[in-house]
Amino acid sequence: MNETLRNTGLFAIVAALIIYTGFAQSWNAALLIISMGLISSIMALGVNLQWGFAGLFNVGIMGFVALGGLATVLIGMPPTLGGWSAGGWGVTAALLMGAITIFAAAIIAKRMRKGWLRMVTITGILVAGFMLFRAVLDPAVEAIEALNPAQTGYLGGLGLPVILAWPVGGLFAAGAAWIIGKTALGLRSDYLAIATLGIAEIIIAVLKNEDWLSRGVKNVIGIPRPVPYEIDLQNDPGFMERAAGLGFDPVEASTLWVKVLYVLLFAGVLLILLWLSQRALHSPWGRMLRAIRDNETAAEAMGKDVTARHLQVFILGSAICGIAGAMMTTLDGQLTPGSYQPLRFTFLIWVMVIVGGSGNNLGAVLGGFLMWYLWVMVEPMGLWLMNLVTMGMSDGYWLKDHLIESAAHMRLMTMGAVLLLVLRFSPRGLIPEK
Amino acid sequence: MDLLNAIVALANYVLVPGIAYGSQLALGALGVTLVYGILRFSNFAHGDTMALGAMSAVLITWGFQAIGLHLWALPTALLALPFAIVFTIALLLGTDRLVYRFYREKKAKPVIFVIVSLGVTFIYNGITRFIIGSDDKNFLDGERFIISARTFKKMTGLEEGLAIKTTQGLTVITAIIVVALLFWFLNKTRSGKSMRAYSDNEDLALLSGINPERVVMITWIIVACLATTAGVLYGLDKSYKPFTYFQLLLPIFASAIVGGLGNPVGAIAGGFVIAFSEVTITYAWKKVLGYLMPAGFEPDSLVQLMSTDYKFAVSFVILLIVLLFKPTGLFKGQSV
Repeated sequence: MNETLRNTGLFAIVAALIIYTGFAQSWNAALLIISMGLISSIMALGVNLQWGFAGLFNVGIMGFVALGGLATVLIGMPPTLGGWSAGGWGVTAALLMGAITIFAAAIIAKRMRKGWLRMVTITGILVAGFMLFRAVLDPAVEAIEALNPAQTGYLGGLGLPVILAWPVGGLFAAGAAWIIGKTALGLRSDYLAIATLGIAEIIIAVLKNEDWLSRGVKNVIGIPRPVPYEIDLQNDPGFMERAAGLGFDPVEASTLWVKVLYVLLFAGVLLILLWLSQRALHSPWGRMLRAIRDNETAAEAMGKDVTARHLQVFILGSAICGIAGAMMTTLDGQLTPGSYQPLRFTFLIWVMVIVGGSGNNLGAVLGGFLMWYLWVMVEPMGLWLMNLVTMGMSDGYWLKDHLIESAAHMRLMTMGAVLLLVLRFSPRGLIPEK
Repeated sequence: MDLLNAIVALANYVLVPGIAYGSQLALGALGVTLVYGILRFSNFAHGDTMALGAMSAVLITWGFQAIGLHLWALPTALLALPFAIVFTIALLLGTDRLVYRFYREKKAKPVIFVIVSLGVTFIYNGITRFIIGSDDKNFLDGERFIISARTFKKMTGLEEGLAIKTTQGLTVITAIIVVALLFWFLNKTRSGKSMRAYSDNEDLALLSGINPERVVMITWIIVACLATTAGVLYGLDKSYKPFTYFQLLLPIFASAIVGGLGNPVGAIAGGFVIAFSEVTITYAWKKVLGYLMPAGFEPDSLVQLMSTDYKFAVSFVILLIVLLFKPTGLFKGQSV
């Protein structure tokens, strides 16, 4: 079978599955699967850039996605009244001071001669800087969090159009990736994995605990949208007329239209990124990355700066994950730090890349859609399976209750099993690298 | 008197919990470091191996409790531990046979092993949650304290109390026994020596007739013992909750790397370095300083450097510093 035909066939199968959901359940559900599939595909593209192009193992995707989410809050939400005068400047000053402290310590570490004097100076700078940082930060944070804690209690954002948050989310993620890459790249490959695992946990801990920044576990809700609200559409006579003309129920028409707009927006971003990734793959830069991936020593002998290229591609891939994270929070309309789970945001994306075909951008997109579809469907399927297994048992029997309750954990096992099976029996994935 | 009170407060809130936590981390890090030394990959499934091993111990303990079997003042879980270890050995050997061996024969890159171990992590995690659920489980029984704060105050007449939980004492004693056994095994027995030889230089070991599959099998058996013991001790001391073991991965890896991956002595030292940094940085020093400072200079704030929610950040920062300045760890570990 020719390759184009095969790939088209694979995409057609996924499309058919989603269209079937549209008929069997509802078009709202199908459109939601498509928009999340688009976002997942973008994340998978980012990871594919790191893993498929360069062979870097990133276990901290969740953290970069969450940073994108934070960007939507900081850009999209209106600023809290009196927040900046209460403590915003204090927090900014404290953060600046922290940055200056670390910068000063780094300069000392570079400039002074090695020895105990350097150690003492650096420790002194760090300790004094930390004390100063806390002394400025603590009262400012307290003042901000005291502002109407039930509604705000945080600084709020800049009140800009939320679309701007998408590139900003990418920048945030790129910044975090730079810090990690600078320290962990160039060492053993496992160290990058462990360092990214750590940074993801810490980013989530910061989002959960720094109420002044992200309201912590109180969540930020009602993030402004880039698309109209359903209720405004329903009150718009022009829209109602068109909907009635097409024979739609007014409520359903408005919800569907909003989702279609999201899908169009996300598809636009995906197409741009896919085009860029394809160009990158076929450029000399992409060839160099694959050469490095396949044989680092040989590439280095040819005069390629392996660590610098790795850092570059690691930052780019993480930035794409950040963009996708910002898009996802925009779609949800809320930031809920408690909902970031490594299974959902790190592991699932890995499964997408590997199932789709690592090293192939189209594969990543296919994997993104397919695995998202399965992810949504595994839970009802698990429940169905458990109901089947326990059919013969009487109601209220402990094993029956236990099994049905545990069906929710089926996702962990299914995803783990899918990853292991694909890696073992079809390591090149559905659409293999050329 | 104030100085004594300060020392007791320090011991109660920092030293005792730090030593217990350090022992748990050291046992965990030993397992990671052994897998790294022999199989040459970072085993992400180690945390969930601990969780699954501890789960079997919890279930067996419940069984023993149900039939009235107990160890008087000591937790029944100790009685269940050997059975749990047997279960974990079977689990790890089975996993090796089904999953890792294929890649070993193919001589796959270490990073493939790491990805595979991540897959294993989620399967283990799924099994654990499937069987026992994701909530807190209590399986501790027996005497709660070796010495309680009240008895200590009565005995010494000090204002500050020193409480040592049975689980803390048990953790330290068990850890010492396990570590002693491990080092005896590695240094004195033939199998242990073959393991060290294999870890130092694979080709040379193969040439001198060491059977690699046997070395790998022994490694998994030892790792199962270490992981189950660490998991059970942690579960007894804090509480058994499947998700916490995944989060323990970071401090465990940090311990192993700080000490030098592949180096058992380093893993133990690393465990204590990480544990004490975590405890001292997240402890509110107000009480201790209150005793030590002259009257009128007592601190008003909690003097807590970081809130306990950021304890991961502590191990992470230490990890970054070590990676930046001494990537082979404090004790010389294997290649960078």
